[in-house]
Amino acid sequence: MARLTVSLSPHFQNPTTTKVLMTDVLIALAPATLVSLLFYGWNALLLLVVCVASCVLCEFLIEKYLMGRRIPCIEATVLTGVLLALNLPPAAPWWIALLGGLAAIGIAKMCFGGLGQNIFNPAIFGRVFLLVSFPAIMTTWAAPHGWLGIDAFSGATPLAAINEGLHQGIPASQIIADGNLSGWHMLFARAGGSVGEISALALIAGFIYLLVKKVIRPHITLSILGTVALLTTIFWLINPARFTGPGFNLLTGGLLLGAIFMATDYVTSPMSPAGMVIYGVLIGVMTVLIRYFGSYPEGVSFAILIGNMAVPLINKYCKPKRFAA
Amino acid sequence: MKNKTFKMGGVHWDDHKIAKDAAIEQFPIPAKVAISMAQHLGAPATPCVEKGDRVKVGQVIGTPTGFMSGFVHSSVSGTVTAVEPRADIVGNMVMHVCIDVEGDEFAEGIFNTDRIEREIKGSAESLLEKIKNAGIVGMGGATFPTHIKLAPPREKKAECLIINGVECEPYVTADDRLMREHPHEVVLGARIMARVLGVETIVIAIEENKPEAFDAISDATLRYVGIDVVMMKKKYPQGGEKQLIDAITGLRVPSGALPIDTGCVVQNVATSYAVYQAVQKNRPLIDRIMTVTGECLPQPRNFRVRIGTPISAILDAVGGLPKEAVKVVSGGPMMGKSVANLEATTLKGSSCLLLLTAEQTARQPETPCIRCAKCSQACPMGLEPWLLNRLGRAGDNAALEENRIYDCIECGCCQSTCPAHIPLLDIVRTGKADVMKIIRARAKK
Repeated sequence: MARLTVSLSPHFQNPTTTKVLMTDVLIALAPATLVSLLFYGWNALLLLVVCVASCVLCEFLIEKYLMGRRIPCIEATVLTGVLLALNLPPAAPWWIALLGGLAAIGIAKMCFGGLGQNIFNPAIFGRVFLLVSFPAIMTTWAAPHGWLGIDAFSGATPLAAINEGLHQGIPASQIIADGNLSGWHMLFARAGGSVGEISALALIAGFIYLLVKKVIRPHITLSILGTVALLTTIFWLINPARFTGPGFNLLTGGLLLGAIFMATDYVTSPMSPAGMVIYGVLIGVMTVLIRYFGSYPEGVSFAILIGNMAVPLINKYCKPKRFAA
Repeated sequence: MKNKTFKMGGVHWDDHKIAKDAAIEQFPIPAKVAISMAQHLGAPATPCVEKGDRVKVGQVIGTPTGFMSGFVHSSVSGTVTAVEPRADIVGNMVMHVCIDVEGDEFAEGIFNTDRIEREIKGSAESLLEKIKNAGIVGMGGATFPTHIKLAPPREKKAECLIINGVECEPYVTADDRLMREHPHEVVLGARIMARVLGVETIVIAIEENKPEAFDAISDATLRYVGIDVVMMKKKYPQGGEKQLIDAITGLRVPSGALPIDTGCVVQNVATSYAVYQAVQKNRPLIDRIMTVTGECLPQPRNFRVRIGTPISAILDAVGGLPKEAVKVVSGGPMMGKSVANLEATTLKGSSCLLLLTAEQTARQPETPCIRCAKCSQACPMGLEPWLLNRLGRAGDNAALEENRIYDCIECGCCQSTCPAHIPLLDIVRTGKADVMKIIRARAKK
């Protein structure tokens, strides 16, 4: 008598596993990572390696000794490490990367129960942890020594320059013109900032890859970018001397990195299309408010953390449309 | 024009229609058959023959038990050797009439010929009576008694008859071959059912991966008015009644309601063919087209099989169970049942025998849910399987009901999509059964 397997339908499983999805996100990040390594050189590579290593090691130890299992999806852990590295200042010391990784995985992810259980995006949490703990290091943008020999923008980030300039009473348009800060420069990797913010084009290429591979849906990213574009246009039209315009805001800071790779994190974002749009608009509004009126020049990280907090509530009230009443 | 499809959820798996070019072969009549009395949704039929009786092909051997039931006929001629409970494919004990085959003698009045009879004679009532007496059930797999579906309550008016030639389950090609080889019979069966229902509009829906069937059916409809043949986009579960009505008419069957509430009646093409045989040839439902397929088989086939043929006999005919096959599925890979008993016999609803290897079907270990929402995206009913999974495991029946678990059509889109390999539908099924029990108990009070 033949031995047969008996189970309930369906008798087929998707070959696109969690590991495959996370690997796809890593592939999508590859262009931005490579460009930033080319521009920032050895120190950026060091940060990348230390971030990934500290994330993996931290999760391995906690999973093994506190939870008694293996890392369920190492690709997700590596992804957190890469995203964290891309969110650090290029000249940050290696121990900053180490601490960031420990905070991201140890506090934001494992304290809540590991993969799939965390409320906050671990990489963003790690960055904000470092930002409030080591503000000086996290806002020092030393001139990079890139492998390409191209001088990337040195000194303050565009957003910090604006913030600084406005405090001194210089109109925004004047600062942009003086500092060569127009959006076109940033599209092709000339802007200073965190490691991963250097090339908008490389980030957008990653976004397109994620959409084509159907890893993410466009709702969150587009509603963040749309909200920022709309709000900044309104403010800019009201007072161009005080407020920067939409093109500048869309391409500076971590906005693209955050909107494409961080806010779309499955675990910490809403699950229905309507919820995704609400979440995106919330992040967009918070980003603009923090950038224009907050004491930090950069608002995306805080905005995403605030968005993360609203997710359980959004999931509760934004149900998918039902087939029929 | 873009091909029609339903709007919500669904999946696009590879269709694996490897048997589509295998013409229908007459499967040899086995030496012994065992015919189940539970071949339709509702109460099993009551056997009306005894051990030792001689029966002919097409003779009634089971009569309906109450309203929601149907006739069962002998598919062979020979001697009844037993009327007893036997294990069906999943192992449930069901009353069977077992017959040792002698010759192939048809009961009187059955025209077992291929000549196409075009002229439809008789009133709607007499046609319905013939359909009922022929023991016809929904042959897409749900096996709902056809005569009940064709006689909606008086206050509900049927306006459109949809003939379901979608065959959206991967691997299955029985309907495809039927439409290609017997298009005239299928179309005439549809016309008979339209007359019974008193409807003017017939829509025959065929998915785009069956262009030959589409052409054959289109040609067969040329001589009639009022029949639309519609090319559908390939998407699972398009053959689901609710999804198909949505795709064709844009109307949605409300939760807890029946398709007739949208004015639509959906019938499978194989049912349509059986109706033709019953009305024009006086031939009750004694056989059906069945695909025997799987990549591990040397040659996938389509057979015309007498109902009650043992599954083991079918496997023997295709060279035995291949060594690498670990699972035999009756039906398609998405909704079919895995066979636990190879000595069980085929039913009116058995459209396919699918042989799967460990690599194709083994369940991978479950990993944590990452809330990717791919299950919600795939759900054609707008449910949240990830949430139902969580609530189901917690046994929170009130919350399950609140989240409309009763709307689940058990199509399997969620579980087959899940990148974490969570057995979503297993959990939802048990939760749904519990909730339905509670709802029924409440209705009784």
